[in-house]
Amino acid sequence: MHVDEHGPPRPASLVQQFKRGLAAPICLTWELTYACNLQCIHCLSASGRRDPRELSTAEAMSVVDELERMQVFYANIGGGEPTLRPDFWDLVDYSVAHHVGIKFSTNGVRLDKAIAERLAQTDYVDVQISIDGATAEVNDAVRGRGSFAMALRAMDNLAEAGFGEFKISMVVTRQNVAQLDAFKQIADGHGARLRVTRLRPSGRAADSWDDLRPTAEQQRRLYDWLVDRPDVLTGDSFFHLSALGAPLPGLNLCGAGRVVCLIDPVGDVYACPFVLHDEFRAGNVREPGGFTQLWRESPLLLRLREPAAAGACASCGMFDACQGGCMAAKFFTGLPLDGPDPECVLGHGERELAKVCLPDRPQAGPGHSRRSPGRRDPVFVPLGRIPVRAAS
Amino acid sequence: MAFDLQRAYRLNPAVTLRPEPFGALVYHFGNRRLSFLKTLPLVAVVRLLESQDSAAGALEAAGVPASQHARYAAALAALADSEVIDAR
Repeated sequence: MHVDEHGPPRPASLVQQFKRGLAAPICLTWELTYACNLQCIHCLSASGRRDPRELSTAEAMSVVDELERMQVFYANIGGGEPTLRPDFWDLVDYSVAHHVGIKFSTNGVRLDKAIAERLAQTDYVDVQISIDGATAEVNDAVRGRGSFAMALRAMDNLAEAGFGEFKISMVVTRQNVAQLDAFKQIADGHGARLRVTRLRPSGRAADSWDDLRPTAEQQRRLYDWLVDRPDVLTGDSFFHLSALGAPLPGLNLCGAGRVVCLIDPVGDVYACPFVLHDEFRAGNVREPGGFTQLWRESPLLLRLREPAAAGACASCGMFDACQGGCMAAKFFTGLPLDGPDPECVLGHGERELAKVCLPDRPQAGPGHSRRSPGRRDPVFVPLGRIPVRAAS
Repeated sequence: MAFDLQRAYRLNPAVTLRPEPFGALVYHFGNRRLSFLKTLPLVAVVRLLESQDSAAGALEAAGVPASQHARYAAALAALADSEVIDAR
């Protein structure tokens, strides 16, 4: 996120202020449904099946009303696949009419020519299309057969409709990091902006993280690539790489509970989109007081806004640059939250990881995966391991 | 950066200020840019621009000491550049 600062006399830095939390989130992710036509092997929310407890249209609209009152000026909508909700377009229109802009993330399944034209005429809506490979081969291994062609069709439709600058979002993996230039070409070719984000070991990625995460050498190349391309968005997700040199543009801190939070499809509020786990659940928007009271008074969120101890990183000269990295990445790999990020560029995380037995990692819970992968779903077969056959 | 303290300014009609403990969040509904006013006195100055005949008047009304006017002028210039405030 690009943030301008204005203000003499020289006050505390904005980062210091953000650590104490804002009056309302500036980066609110709202997942509208657990239903998804895909079953990506790294899905943060382990989506697949709709949850019968998902917020009704009226409940979702009352959340929008709250966001408007709290002056949350836009929400990042995701899922699951949010466009599968039958009331999706109604909710978009309602939000926009209530001064809550919508940035929604989609795999493109519903983005036909007619929808693309409608979107091109709607102000205050941003679209982000997800791919995880610049070729069908690399993408479909993670997101499922046919998903690359589907996403590309959606991009073509938006470009033809004259939507303007939409976003193409990818998660960096060991398998696709060599394709960064090709991703950029796809974005440039569609008049779109590339967004590159970090793989977190959350949801279904708890199981695929070891096989998908970039190597240390790839992280370094990624850092150099990003430094050379300040026009590429990162969702500020690579602040752990800032220990490699000059900080990457954006907010170099963990915003969980401070400037960031997540509302899941059943109304549960989590400290950030990467920690869908009871330990980081602040409450539910259906409770009296709603989202507003949770944001202001939840003991969990208040605790996250207290100064954090640097712990094992206190003696490291790079702590100011990386801030100890990502809380969710630490949590789901079984590392202490006041220690190094598992992907610490100085290698401290690798050493800690070696001490953690796999069964000691927190269980992400059942999630909303379909019980067995469908015929078209990806089944990742890592090299050198015994492939697990999908039950038919 | 030249900023004329003698001119009258206002908060851009497309801009909303959200109060924060340290100052305010600034959201521009036109260009969708988010920025921050980092001190409460600066928020007071920006809010006073509309009702004062000049930016200098807003500084005085907000109780900003004359010794700090130049620094505030620089901050206001940046706000004008990013279309948060405009001359009226």
